[in-house]
Amino acid sequence: MLTFLRRRIVSSALPLLVVILGVFALARLTGNPASLYLPLNATEQMRADFTEKNGLDDPIWVQMADYFGGVLRLDFGESLRTGESAAAMALRAFPATLQLAGTTMLLAVVLAVIVGSWAALKPNGLADRISSFISMAAASVPDFWLAIMGIWVFAITLGWVPTSGVGGLSAWVLPILTLLLRPFGVLVQIVRGAMVSSLSEPYIKLARSKGASEYRVVTRHALRNAAAPALTVAGDLAVGLVNGAVVVESIFGWPGIGKLMIDSILQRDFAVLQAAVLLTAISIFILNILIDLGYAGLDARVRPAGKRSKAPKAVVPAAAVAVEPKERNAHV
Amino acid sequence: MTTQTARSSQTALASRDQLTENEVVLTVTGLDVDIRTPKGVLRAVNNVSFEARAGRTLALLGESGCGKSMTAKAVAGLLDPVADVTGGTVVLNGTDLAALTPKQRLKYAGPELGIVFQDALTALNPVYTVGTQLGEAFRIHQGLSKKAARVKAIELMGHVGIPQPETRVDSFPHQFSGGMRQRILIAMAVALNPRLLIADEPTTALDVTVQAQIMKLLRDLRTESHMAVVLITHDLALVAEEADTVAVMYAGNVVETGPVREVFGSPKHPYTRGLLDSVPADVGRGADLNSIAGSPPELHRIPEGCVYQSRCPLVQDVCRAIRPALEPEGDGNRTVACHFALTTDSKELDNV
Repeated sequence: MLTFLRRRIVSSALPLLVVILGVFALARLTGNPASLYLPLNATEQMRADFTEKNGLDDPIWVQMADYFGGVLRLDFGESLRTGESAAAMALRAFPATLQLAGTTMLLAVVLAVIVGSWAALKPNGLADRISSFISMAAASVPDFWLAIMGIWVFAITLGWVPTSGVGGLSAWVLPILTLLLRPFGVLVQIVRGAMVSSLSEPYIKLARSKGASEYRVVTRHALRNAAAPALTVAGDLAVGLVNGAVVVESIFGWPGIGKLMIDSILQRDFAVLQAAVLLTAISIFILNILIDLGYAGLDARVRPAGKRSKAPKAVVPAAAVAVEPKERNAHV
Repeated sequence: MTTQTARSSQTALASRDQLTENEVVLTVTGLDVDIRTPKGVLRAVNNVSFEARAGRTLALLGESGCGKSMTAKAVAGLLDPVADVTGGTVVLNGTDLAALTPKQRLKYAGPELGIVFQDALTALNPVYTVGTQLGEAFRIHQGLSKKAARVKAIELMGHVGIPQPETRVDSFPHQFSGGMRQRILIAMAVALNPRLLIADEPTTALDVTVQAQIMKLLRDLRTESHMAVVLITHDLALVAEEADTVAVMYAGNVVETGPVREVFGSPKHPYTRGLLDSVPADVGRGADLNSIAGSPPELHRIPEGCVYQSRCPLVQDVCRAIRPALEPEGDGNRTVACHFALTTDSKELDNV
C-alpha cells in the first residue's frame, strides 16, 4: 500500500511539473498585466516601474526559477489585484468547487446506477429504450446552453430559484442540475452496457441456481462486476467537474476554483492562476489514486501484488489443519 | 475432537429425510424448448423424456448442440431469456416445476436441485471470496448470519477435499487451480443436500487425472446422500464408467435410452451404434478412424421424419416421412426411436 502510494507520487511529479511550466508560459502569452492595472493615461515610467516591481522584466526562465524557488518554500506569490497570498485565495475558493462537484457526482452516480441497471434488465425493452433516449439527450446538451435556459425558465420566468450566487439551498439547484446532466447521461450508458454484459455471465446463472432473488442477483452479483467500468468513467467525469466547472461557475457566480481561474486569466493575475491550476492538478492526482484504490476494493484481481489475499494465515490453529484430512476421510 | 467435527460436518449435508435408493426423483415428460431468434422460433429440445432415480446417475449423452445442456437448463429453470419451455412437464419429487411461478421456484433452487457448471472460472463470481459464495445458499435458504454461513462454507470446503479450508475460505476464485475451483462449484451445488444434482459437463475443462478425482467426488457425494445425478456429457468413456442409465440425444431429440451396459453393449439406434463405432479401439497405426459421415442438421433445417435421416446408413422412405416415436424395446427397460431398431445380431451396419 505504501509502496503503491510512493510509486504514484513519484510518477505524478513529472506531469505536475509540466503542467506548471505550461501554465506559466501560456499565461505570459496573454500580455503584460501593467496595461490592466495602471490607469489609461499612465506614463511609460509608471509602466516600467510596475513591470520591474513585479519582476516581469526578467527573462522568462529567471521568472520561472524565482517561481519554483518560491514553490519549494510553499510561497506561491501574491495576487497582483489584491496583494493577498495566491495560495490562500485558491484554497478559499476550492471548497465551493468540491461541494458542487461532490454533490453532483454523488447524484449522477446514484441516479445512473438505478436507471442503467433498470434498463439492463430487459435489453431493448421499453425501459431500455426510454432510458437510452433520455441519457443520449442528457449527455449531448451543452452545459452553457442548459445553464442559460435554466436561468431564463426557472430563475427569471418562474422565479423559483435565484439567478446566481450561493445563498441558501435553492441556489444549488440550477448549478447542480446543469452539471449533473452530462455525467448522468454518460454514466447511464456505461452502467447499462456493463450490466448487460455482467448479467449474461455464467456466475449470474450460478447465483440463480442457488435460489438468489432477482434483486439479489442484480445488486450483489451483477452490479459489483459492472462497477469497474463505471468507476473509470465516473472518475474521468469527476476530474472534469473539479477543474472544468469553469463555465458553469462563471455563469452562476459560484465562487469556486473555476471562476477564480477565469477571473485571474482575465486580469492577468499570474500567481493566482498558477496556484489554482496547481491545486486542481494535485486534487486530480489524489482523485486518481482514490479511483485506483476503488478498483482494488471492488475486485481482488487488481489488488497490488503482495496484498493479494487477506487470508489470516497466522491465526489458523495448527490443530484444525491437522484434523482436516481425517475428517474428510471419514466421509468420503 | 475428530468425531465431533465429523458429526457437525455430517449435519451440514445430510440434514433431510434420506431418499430411498432407486426411487424416482425426477421425471421429465415431453419437454419442448424453443429459442426465439431473429430468423424465427427454433425448436432446440423436442419431446424429451427421461427419469432420474435416487442414488443413480443418468447420463444425457450427445454431441455439441444436440440440446443436452439446454435440457439441463430447462430442468433447472436457468434458460437464457431467449429460450422458453413450451411443452411437457418436469416433475421433481412430486412437484411440477414448470407449473411454479418464478418466485416459488427459487425455493427449489438449492435445497431440491443443485447444478454444477462446466467452466468453474467463469461460473464463480470473480469479485467475491469463495467463502462468501459458498455461504450464500445458507444465507438465502436458512437465513444464517454471515458468520454462521462462513462456518458452513469451511465445512463444505473440507468435505469436498479442499486442503486448509480455514484459510482458503477467504481466497478468491482466481487463486485456486482448475480442479479446486470445480470442487468449490460442486460444494455449492450440494450445499443444501439437494435430491437432484445436475452436472453439466463438469470435467470438460479439466485434465484427465483431475477429471478422475472430480468424478470420484461426485460419486462419493451421490452414495452418501442418495441424490439422483444427471450427468451431461459428450464423453462416451465417462458415461461407461459413471452412469447407470443413459439417454442418447441427437438434434434436440432423445433417440435411445436404457441401462448403460445394455445400450453400449448392443446399441439399437444407428446413431448410438455410430457413436460407439467412432471410439478408437484396437485400431492399428495408420488405419483410418471410424466416424459418422456428415454433421448434425442445423436447428432451422431439422427435417420432417427422422432427425437422423441425413446420416443414417439404413435410411428408407418411411424415415423421411414419419418421425419415429421413442418406443419400448426388448425387455422393457430400454426405449429407442427408430423404424429399423437394430437387434443384437443385426449385421446391417457391420460393413458400412
